[in-house]
Amino acid sequence: MNTPSTIQTQVLIIGGGVTGTALARDLALRGVDCILIERHDINAGASGRNHGLLHSGARYVAGDREAAMECRAEGDILKRMAAQAIQDTGGYFVAVQGDDARYIADFPAHCARAGITARAVEVAAARALEPALSERAIAVFEVPDASIDPFRLSLESMAHAQSLGARLLRHTRVVGFERAGRRIRAARVRFLAGGEEQRIEAEQFVNAAGAWAREVALLAGAPIEMSYSKGTLLVTHVRLAGRVVNRLRPPGNADIMMPGGTVSIVGTTSVPVDGLEDIHPTTAEADLIVEEAARMLPLLATTRYIRAYAGVRPLVGSAGGANARAVSRGYALFGHEEQGLDNLATITGGKLTTCRLMAERAADLVCRRLGVNRPCVTATTPLPTAPECAWTEPGHAPRAWMRSHGPEGPLLCECEMVSASAVDALCAALHAAGDTATLADIGLRSRVGKGACQGAFCSVRTAAHLCQRGDFQASCGLAGMRDFLAERWRGQRAVLWGEQLAQAELMEALHCGLFGEELRDADAPKAPREPEP
Amino acid sequence: MTGASAERYDVAVIGAGMAGMAAALFAAERGLSCIQIGNGGGILYASGLLDLLGVQPMAERRMWDSPYEALTALARQEPMHPLARVDARSIRSAFDTFITALGAAGIAYAPLGDRNRNVLTSIGTIKTTFGVPRAMVAGVYALEARPPCLLVDFRGLREFSARQIAATLGRGWPGLRHQRIEFPGYEAVPELYAAHLARALETRETRARTIALVKPLLGDARAVGFPAVLGLARASEVHAAFETGLGVPVFEIPTMPTSVPGLRFLWALEEAVSARGVRRRHQGKVRGLAFDGEAGTAVLTLDDVPGGECVSARAVVLATGRFTGRGLIADRGGVRERILGLPVYQPASREDWHQRDFLDPSGHPINRAGLRTDDAWRPLDASGKAAWPRLFAVGSILAHQDWMRSKCGSGLAIATAWAAIAQADRQLRGTGAG
Repeated sequence: MNTPSTIQTQVLIIGGGVTGTALARDLALRGVDCILIERHDINAGASGRNHGLLHSGARYVAGDREAAMECRAEGDILKRMAAQAIQDTGGYFVAVQGDDARYIADFPAHCARAGITARAVEVAAARALEPALSERAIAVFEVPDASIDPFRLSLESMAHAQSLGARLLRHTRVVGFERAGRRIRAARVRFLAGGEEQRIEAEQFVNAAGAWAREVALLAGAPIEMSYSKGTLLVTHVRLAGRVVNRLRPPGNADIMMPGGTVSIVGTTSVPVDGLEDIHPTTAEADLIVEEAARMLPLLATTRYIRAYAGVRPLVGSAGGANARAVSRGYALFGHEEQGLDNLATITGGKLTTCRLMAERAADLVCRRLGVNRPCVTATTPLPTAPECAWTEPGHAPRAWMRSHGPEGPLLCECEMVSASAVDALCAALHAAGDTATLADIGLRSRVGKGACQGAFCSVRTAAHLCQRGDFQASCGLAGMRDFLAERWRGQRAVLWGEQLAQAELMEALHCGLFGEELRDADAPKAPREPEP
Repeated sequence: MTGASAERYDVAVIGAGMAGMAAALFAAERGLSCIQIGNGGGILYASGLLDLLGVQPMAERRMWDSPYEALTALARQEPMHPLARVDARSIRSAFDTFITALGAAGIAYAPLGDRNRNVLTSIGTIKTTFGVPRAMVAGVYALEARPPCLLVDFRGLREFSARQIAATLGRGWPGLRHQRIEFPGYEAVPELYAAHLARALETRETRARTIALVKPLLGDARAVGFPAVLGLARASEVHAAFETGLGVPVFEIPTMPTSVPGLRFLWALEEAVSARGVRRRHQGKVRGLAFDGEAGTAVLTLDDVPGGECVSARAVVLATGRFTGRGLIADRGGVRERILGLPVYQPASREDWHQRDFLDPSGHPINRAGLRTDDAWRPLDASGKAAWPRLFAVGSILAHQDWMRSKCGSGLAIATAWAAIAQADRQLRGTGAG
């Protein structure tokens, strides 16, 4: 066996979610050289499977004032520093007949104590502005909730870090650590498809693997206690409200509907789970969300849903019971010194809203250990807009296409109006970073596959386009299609009734009836990840 | 509610997909007066290929060279499958009648034998099918012998990349080349639509310019493949002109729906049934269906005219399809049949409708949901008896089949339509139990 090749850096970050990418940016801004490895792709875990809420903090005022105030402060910072990823929609907290009168009465005072503006709104006035609200609504408060696109946030954080010299290795997982006394000398990593093992030598290692942080810490011989809570969300076909709509009651199932560009996102559930394998939304969860959320927004009982998704919240500490909501949603930073390690840190837990703060705290620790004195500047440095990161936003592609009036090239995705030139721009950005572009990569970075057809038609056009460009190693093209459709299917399965079931039938008629993709060997090679020549 | 002015027919066919078209055609061939209600939207999704039975059993992904041997296996393994309940002689007669009618209406098919054939698809997979339009036959031979061959595509036709096909098949077909060209007259158009190209190729000039572009690229190619855009109404003429002009066999490769072969197919079938005197109600949707026991007729209420309109028929064929065709309606609680609320055989709960893996070889249980019928193709009511003596159900609405995975969609439509119309005919002539 060959000696594995070695790469060197100051800091190795493990995990490319909102925290890891924010950390890469934070460190790069302080002049620290870093590499981020991610075993799948940007936001593959909970970072990409949440409702995209930028918390005002009002959700936590009754139970956890500290978390509420942290959310308020961080929300304010992100609204100023990452405005391009945020729609400042505002939010309502809505109580309906039968909800706890005491909780409703205490809510404004709780908000005031946390420094959160909560303005009482006449129910009739609120219903005039948000007609989807139930006529059984009895109290409405307006709070400064907002919607944030976590993909855009992470992609732009990473792009900014890369422009400052940070390196990103996607599809790369850590398989072990080389320890020498109280220090880790190197991480052994493996390129998923190629299988080649490499060493990454660093002075400091940061475990930002989210729900997988326990696994990574264990590899380093530094166990941490974590529990997991699965949350499921549903995506509607059209957007049903302008604002964030929260149920005014203690946190519970299906208590929020988020605006997500052209759609609404309804959730969530909280189910304790033991492991991280095979997480998928179930039909029972979909039923529960539809029925419960419809009490606040009756339209949800009859509207069309196009997909569902489930993420796993990493919770630090053990649930110790059935109610994972009671375990802290706060973040945890471990230095691991008591476990005999001086150059590993783990940052996990927390919320999308506090990802910048989590990165700051982790970077502070790392810099202290490195002897770097530069302060954190992410609270005062606007996140630069990267044109190639804008395509995740619903509505961006149609606007670009309308402006260009067609000469930019044909539309590959007709539901979300993603043009060939948009896909070309994404390919170019990936190539510039020495990377390849597969169908799944394009799906993550754009709206391809996210509309009503859920990839049935746009997968074929986009694959043809990539192949024609030479980006799609065609011997693997069908495997790429299989992976892409499998991911889309995972989200559709729980919401297949009504119109969306007919849509799924059409997808199967095309991909199985005509193309016979199910008859292909499932063990066909996966798309290779070699950099472009 | 019937009114004296209601139009009367021997047979009313509800649905204008493949099964509805076949039922109307077969009814007319038997001399029965027939009205057909429904637009042919579903047929636009057809590829032009006529499957009979390609895979059995699905879970083993076993493919068959002979559809009739596959049917024998099916009858043994899945006796409840609708195709297992039609005898081979009827299936042969049904297919012969069907492609003869299509041929007369402008779509020539290669002679049917006993064999399945393999056809290249637009993403480079190989599809096993039974009836192949003549315009695609050279591709079957090319795929078998794998001689030097050229695949041509057009810049802007988004769903078709010749390079993708060649690269997918490349290792097993070294002489397969690909070439992208500009479609003459559409050089400045970013997005091309297959139907527009097909129409354009019906003009002599565009055809000649296209052939002139391809000719220098031929090299040693012994056959040339194109996306299926070689003409619409005059497809045979366009195909022949390409073969003459290029001097080698030319074949079409089926493309993603809605496709040109689907359009041709729809037109040819509409022509075939209309030519046989079938009354077509394109826009109609059946809102109600009631049975008049004394008169022995069914009364259909249509909603395509204000206030509705009634027609009556002595026999009714339900060919309304599945979820896409709106024959079956699903909500969170279950599946129902749209027009009569007939009981639908289905999995116990929605969690059992679909597998976790989209491409699971055993298929999704919801696809086997549908109407159960008696031996005479009459759907059963809640008591397990025929819902009405002359109400028949055909095609994909039937239970116990998964046409998408078994590659038996056309066969299911054509064979069950044939068998049900035979029953209807027998009963209307008074030779069967009424």
